[in-house]
Amino acid sequence: MLSGITLGQYIPGHSLLHLLDPRTKVIGVLASAVSIIAFTNWQGFVLVTLLTLTALLVSKLPLGIILGSLKSLWLLLVITFLLQTFLTPGTLLVELGPLSISREGLFAAGEIVLRLALLILIAFLPTLTTPPIKLTAGLEGILSPLQRLGVPAHELALMMTLALRFIPTLLQEAEVVISAQRSRGAGFTTGSPARWAKSLLPLFVPLFAGALRRADDLAVAMESRCYRGGANRTRMSTLKFSALDYVVIGVTLAVLAGVVALRLI
Amino acid sequence: MTESNGTGYTGSGPESQDSQPTAHNRDEIFIAVKNLNYIYNPGKAGGHRALSGIDLNVKAGEFLVIAGPNGSGKSTLARHFNAMLKPSSGRVIVAGMDTMIPENVWEIRCQVGMVFQNPDNQIVSSLVEEDAAFGAENLGLPSEEVQKRVEETLRLTGLSQYAKHAPHLLSGGQKQKLAIAGVIVMRPSCLVLDEPTSMLDPAGRVELMETLIRLNRTLKATVVLVTHFMEEAVLADRVVVLSDGRIAVSGTPAKVFAEVELLEGLGLKLPAASEIAHGLRKRGFPLPKEILTIDDILTYIKNN
Repeated sequence: MLSGITLGQYIPGHSLLHLLDPRTKVIGVLASAVSIIAFTNWQGFVLVTLLTLTALLVSKLPLGIILGSLKSLWLLLVITFLLQTFLTPGTLLVELGPLSISREGLFAAGEIVLRLALLILIAFLPTLTTPPIKLTAGLEGILSPLQRLGVPAHELALMMTLALRFIPTLLQEAEVVISAQRSRGAGFTTGSPARWAKSLLPLFVPLFAGALRRADDLAVAMESRCYRGGANRTRMSTLKFSALDYVVIGVTLAVLAGVVALRLI
Repeated sequence: MTESNGTGYTGSGPESQDSQPTAHNRDEIFIAVKNLNYIYNPGKAGGHRALSGIDLNVKAGEFLVIAGPNGSGKSTLARHFNAMLKPSSGRVIVAGMDTMIPENVWEIRCQVGMVFQNPDNQIVSSLVEEDAAFGAENLGLPSEEVQKRVEETLRLTGLSQYAKHAPHLLSGGQKQKLAIAGVIVMRPSCLVLDEPTSMLDPAGRVELMETLIRLNRTLKATVVLVTHFMEEAVLADRVVVLSDGRIAVSGTPAKVFAEVELLEGLGLKLPAASEIAHGLRKRGFPLPKEILTIDDILTYIKNN
């Protein structure tokens, strides 16, 4: 019942996007996201749309999966659209009782939904094309220069690694606890929301107790393996920028510069 | 720092042959335990004495089994071997280093690898090869060296084909072998395993014992196995039985299994072959004391 939950949405493949260094993908997505938020005119819109479409094409991801990322956030898109349509004042088009739709409202709603859609499409790309563990290494790589400023880059990366490692184990454990309690007559799926929430309590108590015990064991095991924090630690797979990475970072930064320049003109 | 420890885990290469000075000399003492006492929570209500006056030498390259019933102090003793616990009184000297001196602790932990009971709780990464690399990365080795060691370690533990797998999809025995791989990647001189088989099914248990014996024979690694399964003690060079924090009996498996009344008094079950031999002896058949396995009994019966 719980083991069907997958972590991340990584789709294995060999596209150019899959080959990129994880750091490139994070930097590229950040630059593109800023461009998408920052554009103010139709030239800027064309630029970021081209960038997003190129990225989607290059990723060679199936169309269903790309649309799936939009589908998962459709409620956000619909609510944003309705709010913008009804709440923006301007030239009246239609009046429905207390609600009115203005020309400006319709335009503003269309624009914000397009922006959000582009943002969602581009933001899903790194998780779709990078295994979680590589993404973690990438984040650590990007944050590690900030370590001198007190950003705990290694600790954050280790926390993510351990979370990725233990979520499936804890899910397996939850299943065991659920079966054990079901076999003694506990019901987890029936009743009012309040009763349902109450029925989860006997699931979470043993699960948390187990997690704490595991954490204790893990700390001892890690110390036994000479873990002393991030200092002087090396990595088996070092990240390396290739020519392609520089091109991608260059292109996304150029689009960002273009959008900003178009805004200033 | 481990480059110089000279245990030569590189396998059969000729250059590794001359770099095993400690391993060839079987009489050299690797861990010396002198009059060790350990008290949990001294002076408090829940305090109790876990170890009393333990004297024990672990020889380099030896396969030592520490056996005993629950609460006999065997895990407590094992945790003194890599300085996870410090003696309340007495001393533990590992490869010439006193565990009481804080500067020695990390060097000792590099030399003595520790594997625990629950394989799930000692695996840190969601990728098998990344987990095997963890210890080597902690030593600050260059990435090529880490890669080389990980490859070799996975081969030694028979996990090469699972390098890119997620650990939670492995069987219990495989997980525990991964835990061993995660330790031997640091090339320790000694492996200490604290009841590593207690959560495994019989097949996983056999698999793990075979791996341990292979590591002990081919790498000349010192192995200390803590267990309450006497079957696992059969293959050891030496068995130490603890009871109530003291050494009850120690010696070769044959010698220890001859102490039938003592072991039964401690609630330890004899290996099947020893039990049969003991029963036959009681009925007047003069079976020799060296009988440890079913094969030994078969050979005896055929020869008589």
